[in-house]
Amino acid sequence: MTADRIFRGLFVLYLLAFVIYLFAPLLIMSVAAFNTSRFPTVIPWQGTTMDWFSAMWADAAMWRALWTSAIVAVLVVVVALPVGTAAALVLTTLHSRARSVAYAVMVSPLLTPGVVIGISTLILWRQVGVGGGIALIVVAQTTFIICYVMLMVMARLQRFDRTQEEAALGLGASRVMVFRRVLLPFLRPALLASGGLAILQSVENYNTTLFVRGFETPLTVFIATKVRTGLTPAVNALALVIIAATIIGAIAYEIARRRQVTARPRS
Amino acid sequence: MSHSVELDGIGMSFGSTRAVSDVSFTVGAGEFFSILGPSGCGKTTILRMIAGFLEPTEGRVLIGGRDMRGLGPNQRPTAMIFQSLALFPLMPVWENIAFGLEARGMGKAERRKRADDLLRLIALEGYGDRMPGELSGGQRQRVAIARALAVEPDVLLLDEPLSALDLKLRQHMRAELRSLQKRTGVTFIYITHDQSEALAMSDRVAVMSAGLLQQVATPRQLYDNPATPFVASFVGETNAIKGRVSAIGDGVARVDTALGPLHGRADGTLAIGQAATLYVRPEALVPGVGANTLRARVSRMDFEGAFALVHGQFSDGAALTAAVPSTRLADAPAPGTDASFFFAPEHAVVLADA
Amino acid sequence: MRDLYARFGGGLATIFLSLVLIWLAAMVLAPNLMMIDYALRPNLPPAQIGSEADTWSLDNFLYLANEGVHRAIFFKTVWASALVAALTLVVCYPIAFWMAQRATPGQLSIALMLVIIPFFINEVLRTLAWFIILAYRGPLNAVLQGIGLIDAPIRWQGDGGVLAGMVYAYILFMLLPIYNAIESLDRSQLEAARDLGSPTWRTHWRVVIPHAKAGIATGCVFTFMLAAGSYVAPALLGSPGSRWFTEIIYNWFFEGGDWNRGAAYALTLLVLCLAVVLVTLRLFRVNLTDVAK
Repeated sequence: MTADRIFRGLFVLYLLAFVIYLFAPLLIMSVAAFNTSRFPTVIPWQGTTMDWFSAMWADAAMWRALWTSAIVAVLVVVVALPVGTAAALVLTTLHSRARSVAYAVMVSPLLTPGVVIGISTLILWRQVGVGGGIALIVVAQTTFIICYVMLMVMARLQRFDRTQEEAALGLGASRVMVFRRVLLPFLRPALLASGGLAILQSVENYNTTLFVRGFETPLTVFIATKVRTGLTPAVNALALVIIAATIIGAIAYEIARRRQVTARPRS
Repeated sequence: MSHSVELDGIGMSFGSTRAVSDVSFTVGAGEFFSILGPSGCGKTTILRMIAGFLEPTEGRVLIGGRDMRGLGPNQRPTAMIFQSLALFPLMPVWENIAFGLEARGMGKAERRKRADDLLRLIALEGYGDRMPGELSGGQRQRVAIARALAVEPDVLLLDEPLSALDLKLRQHMRAELRSLQKRTGVTFIYITHDQSEALAMSDRVAVMSAGLLQQVATPRQLYDNPATPFVASFVGETNAIKGRVSAIGDGVARVDTALGPLHGRADGTLAIGQAATLYVRPEALVPGVGANTLRARVSRMDFEGAFALVHGQFSDGAALTAAVPSTRLADAPAPGTDASFFFAPEHAVVLADA
Repeated sequence: MRDLYARFGGGLATIFLSLVLIWLAAMVLAPNLMMIDYALRPNLPPAQIGSEADTWSLDNFLYLANEGVHRAIFFKTVWASALVAALTLVVCYPIAFWMAQRATPGQLSIALMLVIIPFFINEVLRTLAWFIILAYRGPLNAVLQGIGLIDAPIRWQGDGGVLAGMVYAYILFMLLPIYNAIESLDRSQLEAARDLGSPTWRTHWRVVIPHAKAGIATGCVFTFMLAAGSYVAPALLGSPGSRWFTEIIYNWFFEGGDWNRGAAYALTLLVLCLAVVLVTLRLFRVNLTDVAK
């Protein structure tokens, strides 16, 4: 019994250590944004300041990087959602043998290291005279982000009752109308979620983007370059803003999801 | 009565399995027609061939005299009600009902009006803006019916739509379906494995077994004049007594059985010396001794209210069931005793063994 | 294919099929084939491309095999990535077990949120956070000195820093598959094992781990692959003495200017990762369908 209690106590300590491990880095990074010190740190504390936020705000290069990332993310969503949905529909409609082969090919980008996707895209497009830049970033990122969309849409499709399609057809609907009025509304939550995931993946991508960026500087490249060439707490200020935005976004998404779940208990 | 649906020798194979073989029948316009059979007998396959979800591998489907070959389910004058109902969960009730009208390009205001009319017809006025998930089972049922009726189909196809409901609601919905069909005059083709459902609602019933059509008849004819041994034993309770035909005359056959010679009605196809079975309904058995007498050891009596079911065993071990009206309970033999029952020859049917 | 057309009709089915085929052909297959082609050709000035010198050979791969430093870095990347996977597994297993079998529903939803939030945040930022913590005059050294564990600050940047940053970065990829796997274990099996007198470690070894092996394999495969292909952590947390194979590849492309050799190196990395994935899945008898969730 006592051994059990010691074990339990140790485990609670471990849980605590794990949570600290998860959040201490983020916390320290965020707090460092308020330290006057020129190098971002919390020790020694040289005085509290908001200057780094205004420095970040005034940094034109940061805004350009943010803008680049935003354009890329929007384009990625525009490409990845339709293709990923189509892939999910093709895959779920295919028959078993062809299906497992197609499946392996279609998830292979997830099992390919990000740098390799960047490199192979760069090499291919150089053949036709397209160099690194926004277009190539979008192409390289969508290559694997499509997989995420496909998997999320497939998960939703598994719960779809296909007699609904038959019912709609039987009522005289065309195939296009069945798709637009019955299947697409059903997939909506998965499409929204995978759109969010696609934006997140796109904005946070570094490994793939690095190789195809050409002369563009998306946000991740901007931050990584800062770290190597002249890190100031202005980057921490940016990090804090991103973290706050991410957490608020995640919470809003979760609340919206729960509200939807409780609003339609039986559907 | 004009023919609404005509099946002309249709058959369906899935790979090497034969689901339906050479089925032909016609359904009159405005008829309530049921297809009855155990699960796996091919009845759903037939319905899906009429609806156009399956293309028959042999034969033709005609609706209103027109060959339906090559026409998809959205091009046929049919509407189907699915076992799962398949209401669209993300559309409010009125949009569900008006979906077929939307497919036909009707304007929104007009659709809404028609949906409201139909909601009145199914006594769900004011439910148009609810979601299907907020309705009870019976209400969803009625919405599914209204959705199908909205497109004014020539033929409504119903695939066991009542099977998910509890007994009370099911009985209520039977009456409702029946009266709805009479009011609208639409041809109903109704699939069920529940014989009491088929008998109670239908103008005519087709009985199927193992992909083969057994008999098409009115409920009364099916019960009184089963055409095949399968129909005799599947529709209603019956006592089956095996034997050999020893005499035929005047529409009556004599069958020599282990219980002695018995008489029952026979059609012209029987021949003397043929192995045959005599089928007699429990309610046709009367306690006592008469022309056709059966002797059995009574094992149990179940009182069911309007009548009592007497269970017994013949000397050869076969089971006997007799229904004794409650008003005649005094005549019923006590369990454990040997008892005699007799029946009039016109209440029994003799069929050649398959 | 017939089913696709029957279900969606000619127009939609053709659109779906073309989208998928364009993706697979132009974005998945063609780039990889072109990379193979590149890897097999020598690096030539533009004038000589297409001349008889431009033939396929294994020279670029042989260069990697014979170049001692690069070869060493390659093998270090392999075993260090395996170490990352192993460490992450050790860190995550108890948490995953607790979440799947012991936590109350309330605790579970909090735990899931706590685990997921850091992973909504950019990998570059997460690495930056470790860069700050591990700095020579940073908080970690200050704390360790403060409690008297070390006398002088330690230079964490290098192999140790890369390891710490990577384990941190890939926790979620290990935790969630294992959690999902253990979650499906019937709790009464644990009670039965305990009832039969099995000590805790044996229950885990004989009941929980065999049940969760698909999840463990999935987590390890992903962590290994992500670690081997990572560029951020080694670039920011490493030192010149702790170079990662991806950094060598990057140098061939953007500093050495030899794309062909870079392609050969990248291809080697890809083959390594696919081999590890397939061998692990085969060893653990896990289906590819179970992996991607």
